[in-house]
Amino acid sequence: MSGPNTDYDPVEVTPLKPEEVDAMRAAALAAVAEAGDLDALKRVRAEHAGDRSPLALANREIGALPPQARKEAGMRVGRARRAVSEAIAERQVVLEAEHEARMLVEETVDVTLPWDRTTRGARHPLTTLQELVADVFVGMGWEVAEGPELEAEWLNFDALNLGPDHPARTMQDTFWLEPADGGLVLRTHTSPVQARTMLSQEPPIYVVCPGRVFRTDELDATHTPVFSQVEGLVVDKGITMANLKGTLDHFAESMFGEGITTRFRPSYFPFTEPSAEVDLVCFVCRGREPDVESCRTCKGEGWIEWGGCGVVNPRVLTACGIDSEVYSGFAFGMGLERTLMFRHGVADMRDMVEGDIRFTTAFGTEI
Amino acid sequence: MRAPLSWIREYVDLPDDVTPQDLAHRLTALGLKLEALHHPGADVEGPLVVGRVLSFEDEPQKNGKVIRWCRVDCGPEHGEHGIVCGAHNFAVDDLVVVSLPGAVLPGGFAISARKTYGHVSDGMICSTRELGTGDDHDGILVLDPRLDADAKPGDDAVALLGLRDDVIEFEINPDRAYALSLRGVAREAAIAYDATYRDPAHRDVPQPNESGYPVRVEAADGCPVFVARTVTGFDPTAPTPRWMARRVQLAGMRPISLAVDVTNYVMLELGNPIHGYDADRLDGPIVVRRAEAGEKLTTLDGVTRDLSTEDLLITDGSGPIGLAGVMGGESTELNDATTTVVVEAAHFEATGIFRTARRHRLPTEGAKRWERGVDPLLPAYAADRVAHLLVEHGGGRIDDGVTYVGGPPAQPEIAADLDLPARVTGMPIDRDTTVRHLRTVGCSVTVDDDAGTLTALPPSWRPDLTDPYDLVEEVARIVGYTEVPSVLPAAPAGRGLTRAQKLRRRVGFALAGAGLVEVRSYPFIGPADFDRLGLPADDVLRDTVRVANPLSEEAPLLSTTLLPELLRTTARNVGRGAPAVAVYETAAVFLPTADHRKAPILGVDRRPDQADLDALLAAVPRQPLFLAAVLAGDRQASGWWGAGRPVSWADAVQVVRDVAAVLGLEVEVVQATRAPWHSGRCAELRVDGREIGHAGELHPAVCTAYGVPARTCALEVDLGFLVERAPDVVQAPNFSTYPVAKEDVALVVDADLPQATLAATLREGAGVLLESLRLFDVYTGAQIGAGKKSLAYALRFRAPDRTLTEAETGAARDAAVALAAERHGAVQR
Repeated sequence: MSGPNTDYDPVEVTPLKPEEVDAMRAAALAAVAEAGDLDALKRVRAEHAGDRSPLALANREIGALPPQARKEAGMRVGRARRAVSEAIAERQVVLEAEHEARMLVEETVDVTLPWDRTTRGARHPLTTLQELVADVFVGMGWEVAEGPELEAEWLNFDALNLGPDHPARTMQDTFWLEPADGGLVLRTHTSPVQARTMLSQEPPIYVVCPGRVFRTDELDATHTPVFSQVEGLVVDKGITMANLKGTLDHFAESMFGEGITTRFRPSYFPFTEPSAEVDLVCFVCRGREPDVESCRTCKGEGWIEWGGCGVVNPRVLTACGIDSEVYSGFAFGMGLERTLMFRHGVADMRDMVEGDIRFTTAFGTEI
Repeated sequence: MRAPLSWIREYVDLPDDVTPQDLAHRLTALGLKLEALHHPGADVEGPLVVGRVLSFEDEPQKNGKVIRWCRVDCGPEHGEHGIVCGAHNFAVDDLVVVSLPGAVLPGGFAISARKTYGHVSDGMICSTRELGTGDDHDGILVLDPRLDADAKPGDDAVALLGLRDDVIEFEINPDRAYALSLRGVAREAAIAYDATYRDPAHRDVPQPNESGYPVRVEAADGCPVFVARTVTGFDPTAPTPRWMARRVQLAGMRPISLAVDVTNYVMLELGNPIHGYDADRLDGPIVVRRAEAGEKLTTLDGVTRDLSTEDLLITDGSGPIGLAGVMGGESTELNDATTTVVVEAAHFEATGIFRTARRHRLPTEGAKRWERGVDPLLPAYAADRVAHLLVEHGGGRIDDGVTYVGGPPAQPEIAADLDLPARVTGMPIDRDTTVRHLRTVGCSVTVDDDAGTLTALPPSWRPDLTDPYDLVEEVARIVGYTEVPSVLPAAPAGRGLTRAQKLRRRVGFALAGAGLVEVRSYPFIGPADFDRLGLPADDVLRDTVRVANPLSEEAPLLSTTLLPELLRTTARNVGRGAPAVAVYETAAVFLPTADHRKAPILGVDRRPDQADLDALLAAVPRQPLFLAAVLAGDRQASGWWGAGRPVSWADAVQVVRDVAAVLGLEVEVVQATRAPWHSGRCAELRVDGREIGHAGELHPAVCTAYGVPARTCALEVDLGFLVERAPDVVQAPNFSTYPVAKEDVALVVDADLPQATLAATLREGAGVLLESLRLFDVYTGAQIGAGKKSLAYALRFRAPDRTLTEAETGAARDAAVALAAERHGAVQR
């Protein structure tokens, strides 16, 4: 807004006629209405509401008017300028909305386009299964024990009541290390971890031992010379076979769903007495007629062979320095490959061994 | 162990309606595990009858064969049939087995009348192989008047030959050696059904005397009992009765001749391996002794064996004639001229036989039984049974002489608490149940109720019962393992996973998150791998632990590096069409002890002394947990967005940095040269100043050797060390909220100056006000001259307590540049 008209020059002054102001206002409003986009409106703003616009110039002249005319002219110009400015603001909102709507349409993309620039990685399902099992026991307050794969013969066999001339030694086709009398083997089970635990810690012991084990089987659809086991060991006062059953039932339910229980069959392991094989109610058909007949998971048995177990042989406790008059224990073990096969329908064990990324990737990081 | 149901029933009064399935399941519940059920002859359908050959004509054929066109009388019901036969081992009037049209032979082979060689053959004359009773297919089965005297045309051959039976195959555990006999299986069946049992070993035998075949036992520790009986006037051509041959066959052994079949039959029946000698080929007394150094023996299988001084031998004046309990010798073998048979029924000690069988790789039926333990009271009965069967079916007479040397070892008594079964199993087993079941399995039991204890003398056939807990298993299996209640034990409060266990899982997730796929390889590699990797001859990785009995001669070593297997996996995936491969493995590597020392074998009667235990543990090679990865092909795929980005040495280094970041560690990267990496693109990685491994692009020759794509990258680091070094507690950072001041500097330095060195200098020079420094450009080219490069850094400055002035920031930057100039001759661009 200009200041008072101090350099009044009557020669240049032209009186502000009301019709002229109205005409300016009408011209400005018409231009605003015609502005088709934000750029046009910007030009209209400069032309009709800028410093050099007719109404701005008219406003500047008000000071030069005779005092008696100023008030009325001022009001008239002021109203006109406000009207123009409001119209521009309104138009601005409308045009911005139009612009945004158009822009969103123009920027539409095909969201079905792929963006697989980096491939997904995955953890091996046996690793995940091993952790799943460990977590079941950690949830019960157990701890996860670990030990070396290349192991002392004494820990793998002798300490577990598998003396040098025990027939069961030949049943476990052992990888021996050179020299052959060097007292070292690739562990044939994770049981030496149990022995290590008992030798290094006082009862009560509640541990689960997952890990790789080795036997001299040729690789085929159902065998692999390098496989994974998970074993459990409890040594405490008053431990019974019933505690073993309770533990395995809980384990089975945690892994395979509510109502999946286990059964024992007499068996033989040098490190346990009594010993049992443990079967699992088939978690697919649940052994129910008529589903069991055609069940491919349990092959019509209603039960799935799961692993071995038993009461820790007192001879093992003795070799590991635990008083078998005070403490008793139980142990169990199962193969993770077999579990993965029947839990996830893996048809061929070689798939777990060969490292085909299509196999592993299908499991992602959860199973 | 295969047990025909008909044979089991001979010793047990099983209910008539017992099915093989039911019996098998009950025996499994008692501890004889069902392996398989066989139903030989179940698919056989009649008419399968005895026929008499009335006449035949030999008719030569164009193909060179001569066929016989026979008329066969098949009895009143079936009448005469014209049959074409390819065999020639029969004569007119012979009795043969004819399958008539409509019959089905074992294996589902259906017979119908068919036109062949110009005749309609109205049936088939069968061989033993076609009937499933033998392997002979050279000729047809001609019935033997000595065996089949009552047979006449039209008789049902299925019954005559015993074609139908049910056979239960068991997997017998090492502690149940007694079940490697029908005697033992039947005993368990009797327990399963609470049925009457007749022990086939119960028979009256004559008293030993001095007139039997002379035997001297010089190694009584290996052979506590040796019984010999002699049969003279035996007809070596006498055939084995059909039922006996069939049982031997159904039990899984091959019928050979009457004398051999009888010894096998009695072994199967009683469990005591028997050996027969041709007396005319024996040279003087039988002597049982250990082998002398350098002795040799040619066993029945025709193999000449070098004997160990631990081997127990049967010898005569000529030297060794048998590997005791394992396999007989060739020189005194029963043959088709043997008329005098000396029957050996001995008792051999288990461990010695086990070692001999293992040493000579002879897991024979005999050895299998001895090494698990045989009833030592059996020899007298077994020898008597054999002698009688030989005479019954092969004629001659049993000599009066009965040789019995030695005596059975004493069976130890077992003392146990009466409530031990209840205490161990958690089942409510009372005193009476315990005593009753122990007696059921054959123990003599005395009870001291005041002391609450019992004493059990196991039966002679249970040498496996030695400990109180063995008695618990016997009681528990009869009560039934299905009766064990389910009681979850309450573990004390645990501490969860260890920090290392948790961190290893996090590393796995981080690697998967970075697009790597885990593989689990075998830890076996070969010497050729070290050459393929280009390792120098004295490389530490070549110092390995060797497997004595490897699966493959190509891979007899335990891995000292995970890369060979990962490279093979990569090549396999590429071969199967994978466009890009990024695989990792976390696994142990095996580092031998410095002196490749042996691990001692300690005692087991108590906890070993700590010093011995420490020595044992120290002999176990170190097995650190390594992480290795191989990346091949594009790290980022091409697509509609544009070109892909091939994997680079930097990706391999970055994987290690990412893993370290997960563990809260920083990795120092140093330029290095190390096989199998590209000599100019290999980073040595350090944490806390210690080398943890290497990463970078592989040497081109390594890529070629393993058949992986060119420019494949790899890394291998000691993950166990990283996990160990991960801080237990991560400290919170201090950071300022005052405004940041930014300065960029571009410095020209020698091309071989590592960026990391320059960055460290800049950090040092800039001082405490420097918040961060980031390399944002690397430039080489004509503008800065050969042998030079320009590195541009963005520096951010901030003070903890005030807004920095331009002068302060500028001074810090200038100090950084000045130090770089001083140390590295860096020139600001």
